[in-house]
Amino acid sequence: MRAYEIELILSRQLAECLSIPVFLTDTGGTLLFYNEPAEEILGRRYEETGEMPVEEWSIIFKPLDDSGSPMDPEDLPLVQTLNNCLPAHGSFWIESLKGENHKISVTSFPIMGRGNRFLGATAIFWKIK
Amino acid sequence: MKVRILGTRGSLPSTNPQTHRYGGNTACIEVTNDDQLFILDAGTGVLKIEDETTTFQNRYDILLTHLHIDHIQGLGFFKPLFNPKNEVHIWGPASSSRSLQNRLNRYLSPPLFPVHFRELPCEKVLHEISRSSFSIANLQVEAEYINHPGPTVGYRITNGESVFTYLPDHEPFLGNRGWNLGKRWISGMGLAYKADILIHDSQYTSTEYPTKIGWGHSSIEQAIRFASEAEAKKLLLFHHDPNHTDEQLEYIYQSYAGFKSDELEVELAIEGSVFNLR
Repeated sequence: MRAYEIELILSRQLAECLSIPVFLTDTGGTLLFYNEPAEEILGRRYEETGEMPVEEWSIIFKPLDDSGSPMDPEDLPLVQTLNNCLPAHGSFWIESLKGENHKISVTSFPIMGRGNRFLGATAIFWKIK
Repeated sequence: MKVRILGTRGSLPSTNPQTHRYGGNTACIEVTNDDQLFILDAGTGVLKIEDETTTFQNRYDILLTHLHIDHIQGLGFFKPLFNPKNEVHIWGPASSSRSLQNRLNRYLSPPLFPVHFRELPCEKVLHEISRSSFSIANLQVEAEYINHPGPTVGYRITNGESVFTYLPDHEPFLGNRGWNLGKRWISGMGLAYKADILIHDSQYTSTEYPTKIGWGHSSIEQAIRFASEAEAKKLLLFHHDPNHTDEQLEYIYQSYAGFKSDELEVELAIEGSVFNLR
């Protein structure tokens, strides 16, 4: 049994303390955690979804552009961060699992641990409409 | 594998008649296995280790969990460092910016210490570790960063039959709402899982802990809960607060009797005690 890296454990603990929505993944994009404020936007409690691969969550939490068309996962800030280990930012619509549409702004950044180890990514987001 | 406890005290040496039973030297553990010796942390307890080059083939390994002063205070007095025939390997956590040597130099140089680290006559080999697995002779060592201010690792050591885990400075409860997240989300849990002997930080009482949150240490209650979650067999409560006398430690220990279980043996770590593992 191996525990997660301490940087991921502390990222989750910080996310649990924040009132801004936070979404945490590992380096492969697998969803590790999202906090209670994120649950309100995504429409489902984390306990109900659990960990989930990027191919799954990028479709379940439907990202839409301004015309209402589905977005390519590669255009999502979090996926860009995972691909290039750099911060990214963007705004788009998301259709929650409750069927509600929210326009959100997302900023994502890589979790670079001690020794410059790439360990995952965090996205913070908030509703703008 | 034999584990000898040479220093149990946290933060500051406190050798006096009131701390005689549990010991006043700061963190140091000696592990021997066949003709191999290595040392976990170099607190003042390390002074008890003699230079026995014929027994240990001129090689010594010191595994530092971190570089807080109570864990390196004895390093400049470690006798094998002053024998040019010896090879001393020092293992310690990598930092984001400064090398292990650079950080050790801050203590082992004037004005804090009269001799520069580079002037020590033995052959010195430094190893920077993070989430690492490595072997020293026939012992397998796993290291991981754990929750404590500054770069800090814990160690899990096995000879293939027994597991010994050393987490002397550790605050797994920090910001953690509970234990229902799953074991993988608890700092240090992978190192401590099913250990035969777990040495764990237990510096504070539950009354003291709330005023020291974020200092990187645990209460005795938290240490017992952590060990239970890890399914460890024996927990040695470690890093005794320098303000706690023997009498107080025993009183505190008795007050936690209700937290113990049949599956977990809990003892206060005693300086000078020895544990033999298969």
